[in-house]
Amino acid sequence: MATTHGGHIVAPRIYVLIWAILIVFTGLTAWASFGDFGIFNPIIALLIAFTKASLVILFFMHVKYSPRMIALVIGCGLFFLSILMVLTTSDYITRHWVG
Amino acid sequence: MASDTTTLAAPHHHPESLHEQFDTLEQQKDVAQFGMWIFLVTEIMFFGGLFGAYLIYRNLYYPAFVAGSNSISIVLGTINTAVLICSSLTMAMAVHSAAIGARKLLIFFLTATLLLGLVFLGIKGVEYHDKWVEHHVPGANFHFVDPERPGEAPVPADVASQTSIYFSLYFLMTGMHALHMCIGVGILLALIWKAYRGAFPPHHYTMIENFGLYWHFVDIIWIFLFPLLYLISRTPQMH
Repeated sequence: MATTHGGHIVAPRIYVLIWAILIVFTGLTAWASFGDFGIFNPIIALLIAFTKASLVILFFMHVKYSPRMIALVIGCGLFFLSILMVLTTSDYITRHWVG
Repeated sequence: MASDTTTLAAPHHHPESLHEQFDTLEQQKDVAQFGMWIFLVTEIMFFGGLFGAYLIYRNLYYPAFVAGSNSISIVLGTINTAVLICSSLTMAMAVHSAAIGARKLLIFFLTATLLLGLVFLGIKGVEYHDKWVEHHVPGANFHFVDPERPGEAPVPADVASQTSIYFSLYFLMTGMHALHMCIGVGILLALIWKAYRGAFPPHHYTMIENFGLYWHFVDIIWIFLFPLLYLISRTPQMH
C-alpha cells in the first residue's frame, strides 16, 4: 500500500542496526579522546563523526534510496562548505608568511 | 490545452492531496523533498560559519580550548549524544509507521521523539547551569579556574582569559543547536496533534518525512559538536 507514495520502505531492523552502530561509535569516540594519539586524536574524532553522519544521511534520511538529485544537492552543499573552510583557513595560516 | 494530456492521463487516486501543479503524488513528494534538502543545505552553510570560526580560534588558542573542553562534562555530553541518536531512531520509525499507515505507532514514535528531545534539552540545561555556577559564562562575571585542579594556579593567566573564546563558541554553537531542537519540539507537538486527527494517510505523509529530515540534520550537527567541543583532548595536560 505504501508504494503509492513512491518511497522505498526500509525494514525496521536496518534502522535498529544503524542505531546500534551509532551508539558503539559514540562510545568509541569518547573512549579515544582519553588516549594520547598526538596529531591523530582530532583525525580519529572527525573520521568517526563523518562515518556517523554518513550513516544517518544514507539510512535514516533515506538518501541511499532517494533520487540521485538529492545526492547532488548534498554534494553541492558540502562543496561550498569546503570552499568556506579551505579559503578561510588558507588565509589565516598564511598571514605570517608576509610582512 | 493540448499540453495537459499527461495531466489528464495521470491516475488520480487521491486527488484531494494532489496539488494541481503536479502530475503525480510521487512527483509532488520528490519536489517537496528536494526543497527540504535545499533548506538543509542553507543550514549546513549557516552552521558552517560557526564551525569555521571554531576552526580558526582553536588553531590560534589551542591550550585554552583544551582547558575549556576539559571543564565541561564528558559524561553528560556522551549521554546526550546517545539520547539524540535514540531520538533519531524513533523519528525514523515514525516515518516508517506513517509509510505503512500505522497511525497509533506513528503517534507513539512521534511522542517518543518529543520526549527524548526534551530529555536532551533538560540535560543541556543542567550543563548550562553548571557553567553558570562555575562563572564560565563569558561576560562580566567570567572567571576560569580549572575544575580538575582548583585552588592552585592551573593555567597561565593569558590562557585562562582566552578560554572565554572557547566558552563563547561553546554557548553559541550548542545554543544554536538547542534553538533548532526547541523549534523541532514545537513542530513535533503540531505533528502529533495532526497525526491524532488522522492527517497523514500512507499515500501522503510528506510533512512527516520532511520533518524527519530536519530532525536527523539537527542530530548530525550534534554528532560534530560533541567531539569538537567535548573531546578536544582528555589526556592529562602539561600546562
